[in-house]
Amino acid sequence: MTQNHHDCCAHHAHHHELVISSLRVHYRKTLALDHISFATSCGNRVALVGPNGAGKSTLLKAIAGLVPRSGGSILWRGSPVKRWSREFAYLPQREEVDWSFPITVRGLVEMGRYPQTGLWGKFREEDATAVDKALADLNLESLQHRQIRELSGGQQQRAFLARALAQEAHVLLLDEPFTGLDRNASRQLGDLLGKLAHEGRLVIASHHDLATAPQLFDEALLLSTQPIAFGPAAEALSEENLDRAFGQICDLQDRAPTVVANASL
Amino acid sequence: MDLLSNPFYQRALAAALLIGFANGFFSGFVVLRRNALSVSALSHTMLPGITLGILMTGALTQASAFLGALFAALMVGLGSVAVARGNRVAQGTALAVIYTSAFAAGVAILPRLDTRQELEHWLFGDITAVGNSDLWVAFAIGSFTLLVANLLMRPLLLTLFEPNVAAAQGVPVRTMQYFLFALLVLSLVASLQAVGCVLSVGMLVAPAATVSLLTDKTHALFWGGGAVGALGAAAGVFLSSSLGMAPGPVIVMLLGILFLLAWIFSPRYGAIALHRR
Repeated sequence: MTQNHHDCCAHHAHHHELVISSLRVHYRKTLALDHISFATSCGNRVALVGPNGAGKSTLLKAIAGLVPRSGGSILWRGSPVKRWSREFAYLPQREEVDWSFPITVRGLVEMGRYPQTGLWGKFREEDATAVDKALADLNLESLQHRQIRELSGGQQQRAFLARALAQEAHVLLLDEPFTGLDRNASRQLGDLLGKLAHEGRLVIASHHDLATAPQLFDEALLLSTQPIAFGPAAEALSEENLDRAFGQICDLQDRAPTVVANASL
Repeated sequence: MDLLSNPFYQRALAAALLIGFANGFFSGFVVLRRNALSVSALSHTMLPGITLGILMTGALTQASAFLGALFAALMVGLGSVAVARGNRVAQGTALAVIYTSAFAAGVAILPRLDTRQELEHWLFGDITAVGNSDLWVAFAIGSFTLLVANLLMRPLLLTLFEPNVAAAQGVPVRTMQYFLFALLVLSLVASLQAVGCVLSVGMLVAPAATVSLLTDKTHALFWGGGAVGALGAAAGVFLSSSLGMAPGPVIVMLLGILFLLAWIFSPRYGAIALHRR
């Protein structure tokens, strides 16, 4: 076993299972998620795929405990997650973050230690060590005193990942992490997520690019309020399944340009 | 300087330093929350709130003022959220309609109450009229706000930066947001005597806004804001006597000028620096 191997390891994955059964979420009167069930374990990268409004972000938020569930259960390592778990970290979409907030990269990563320090506990030596390690793991040491707005998109994504590592999170919940990244940054982030999963973490991310999903993720959950398919990424995202998920919407998109084309004739 | 031996001036100066520091410190939260305009709305609701407090209890005390102000602020704040739920009216629009109406009601009712203070006093304050008991109240509220804000600085900052990430880490985000709101109302009530409900907005926004142009360090925003607020307020009291103007407006104008200077000359984010880049 290598030194930097995370303690939540793929080789005893059966201890580190995330089991979601018949999860249901309502937004006021609208049903946002229904009958969501799947089981996965540490070491995997899971893509959440589906049309707009399918509930990808809602599912991430429900697992992170940010939206209340109206039914179903979440089991992590055999015990039920009531509201939130300190082993889960949520990473928002980049556009939801106020990047002009006066905080350095290091300050952002230090925020990850909240579950350990609590409301007003002291920031101790071991907290600083964990922050140093997280910064080093994600190659952010040289950038740690920069204001967060001065980072590139890929670096900003890495800063939030470092915050999750400082928290010692095992499950990383990412909302559209690849959106807005250029090709190189995308590839780097893909490699990084692969490394984090290999070290034994569970990566769950919403993803809208159907073409890249099978390379970037091990498993995929295709959903449209209800689950449509779950399994190895390439199988779950088969042509047939995608048609079932995107069917109506593709239809609409196909129709719109036809009207324009007719008008210009 | 025979001004300094005058007890009115001594008290005015002490009040300026105290309130200036406490509000300047708190302005850090206002700037980070990015909704300075709703603080302005909130401060205007102080007036009808306090009128209401006097109506209900029959007397003006700090407690009745605070409860009335808190009640009015809650009604206006929650009312605007409720109206905006329908999606037809934006929350800012709803807030503007409701707070101006509430403010107008306060202005209309105030002269009918049996208080000695004038409307102008409520709007712009009178720092030279603070008594010893007012000073103690300002000191108590200021210390309380500072103490609590510092104790809860970590969860408050996590909440302000990204509430979703914070909530996923177990930060009681909702509680923190209510807490910040209550502290804000408390700060507004504390500064009422000195600068009134209209000018208090300046003291609760300008100091940290100035500092935010000069630093990227979160903590500097609070302590620097406190320093700017205290010095600005004290300098305002001094200047006002030689200018022959009321201290409240001079304090706020001074803070405005400091902000303008920072905006022009800040080495990193100033207008000149941005133009040269």
